[in-house]
Amino acid sequence: MPSSSRKGAPKDPEAADLFFKEDPVELFSDLHEIGHGSFGAVYFVSKCIRTVYKVFENVAQKYDVMNDAMSLGIHRLWKDALMHLMSPTPGTLLLDVAGGTGDISFRFLDYIRSRQDREARRDTLSRQSASWQEITEAYQPGQSDTQGGVQAVVCDINKEMLKVGRQRAADRGYGTGLSWVVGNAEELPFDNDKFDFYTIAFGIRNVTHIDQALQEAHRVLKPGGRFLCLEFSRVSNPLLSRVYDAYSFQLIPVLGEVIAGDWKSYQYLVESIRRFPDQEEFKAMIEDAGFFKVQFHNLTGGVVSIHSGFKL
Amino acid sequence: MGTLVRGALSALYVGSARKCRTLLFDRRRLFSADVIGPSPHSEHAGTAAVGHGDDELYCRLYRTHIPTSPVQKALLAAGSGVAALLDPYRHDMVAVLGETTGELALRRLRDRMRGDPEGYQILQERPRIRVSTLDLERLGAMPDGSFGREYLRFLDENGVTPDSRADVKFVDDEELAFVIQRYREVHDLMHTLLGMPTNMLGEVVVKWFEAVQTGLPMCILGAVLGPLRLSARRLQLLTATLIPWALRNGMNAHCLLNVYYEQRWEQSLESLREELGIEPPPQL
Repeated sequence: MPSSSRKGAPKDPEAADLFFKEDPVELFSDLHEIGHGSFGAVYFVSKCIRTVYKVFENVAQKYDVMNDAMSLGIHRLWKDALMHLMSPTPGTLLLDVAGGTGDISFRFLDYIRSRQDREARRDTLSRQSASWQEITEAYQPGQSDTQGGVQAVVCDINKEMLKVGRQRAADRGYGTGLSWVVGNAEELPFDNDKFDFYTIAFGIRNVTHIDQALQEAHRVLKPGGRFLCLEFSRVSNPLLSRVYDAYSFQLIPVLGEVIAGDWKSYQYLVESIRRFPDQEEFKAMIEDAGFFKVQFHNLTGGVVSIHSGFKL
Repeated sequence: MGTLVRGALSALYVGSARKCRTLLFDRRRLFSADVIGPSPHSEHAGTAAVGHGDDELYCRLYRTHIPTSPVQKALLAAGSGVAALLDPYRHDMVAVLGETTGELALRRLRDRMRGDPEGYQILQERPRIRVSTLDLERLGAMPDGSFGREYLRFLDENGVTPDSRADVKFVDDEELAFVIQRYREVHDLMHTLLGMPTNMLGEVVVKWFEAVQTGLPMCILGAVLGPLRLSARRLQLLTATLIPWALRNGMNAHCLLNVYYEQRWEQSLESLREELGIEPPPQL
């Protein structure tokens, strides 16, 4: 069996250009050798890890601009809808996977803060004749720290995205309450039963082994914890589907070229959306990972769908 | 006979590009080929290899080719035009604008090249002007006043390198892609021949010259809009002397794409200018 490091000299220099010269084992997972010759070996590859990383390295800086341009700003509404569905209470801990630039975590912190404010206001209203001690306590800024002030952990495989996210957090004044961790969704660097919520927004379709990511999600959630996934999904309405396809394939790579100078990354994006399993299939995958009461809610006619499940 | 064969081949390319464009958007076929793709040397080697690097599927006519539909081309032309106007340092956008709007002009240029013996030789041999193909030491050793020495001096004085040109992506004909690539690579040589520096004024003058010579819409746009960014004094100088000079020379001079520069390094700059019909440049 030829080793992957053997490099035979290509006989035809013109054809040599067509062959991938780097060591395939380092770049691809799931290599199945389907042939070999003097030039080396030919492998059938089902997915590529490093490709996805490179796509997002390139894309990190312009990520937010592109999101707004591609979805015409609607992605903000989708993320708000996710937060309303989640309805987190103060004192809960969130793990936001593939959350690079921090959109979900910021909304989480905002939601909790506004909830705390509401409760504090209700408290002071109900307390008409409180002792001065109680009033002083009511005026303290809301604490609800778990793990030493951290309420949300943002995990991403890509350092560039986390860097952008940390910068945004600093710009918007989300100092404490956030933790930034580099990690792979298929192998999370966290202990079992740690989080109350696990979210993954527009990230799971880029994971090579989705079932592994779901199993990891199940592992790190506390019993009673909730899994939430916001992702592009299948549009059932045929008319809307055709409009959506035309928009995706014609316009999005053009936007990628003009705004980010990168056609191919955004062509990949559009295709990865089409490859992703539809609502029911994904629901079945989540159930297979051990989640209960799995539901999905379609947004914008099925362009985007929120899947949710509980660990019991 | 040679031209007939080449004509037939290019017709095949264009024909297959059109056929492949419909295949490109047949989504079922898109995901059937999960094979390692070619093109290992582009920066997007990773993305090209993901599931659909199959050349036939994408009808890539040359390494950096991205096939596009007419709708996409129109959108690209509009978008890149706006982007280039908003940020003139987006050279990639200027390049994309040139590619998406230049098909007619490129065909005319290619036909002119075919009609000229030196141009035809260039089309056959496909020389590329890159740091790897240029022997900069040899050029530096040449006598002052020779074309090669002056070109090297131009590169040093203006701090440019011949490798900074964007790759051609959106031209759906492999020969035309070479023509526009050649035009980009010859741009610095044009600066040398016209004696124009790479500041805004010099670039505008060269754009006027190129607009007349090539007829590319991107050159015409650049020539018309470029002066808007100049100061009043420079604008006056431009309209009084430089534009008439550029127009005159553009019309009278030999087509600069039909010159095999790589064989002319030893020739003196003056004699080359005379041969091509370029008047000595006015002092800036």
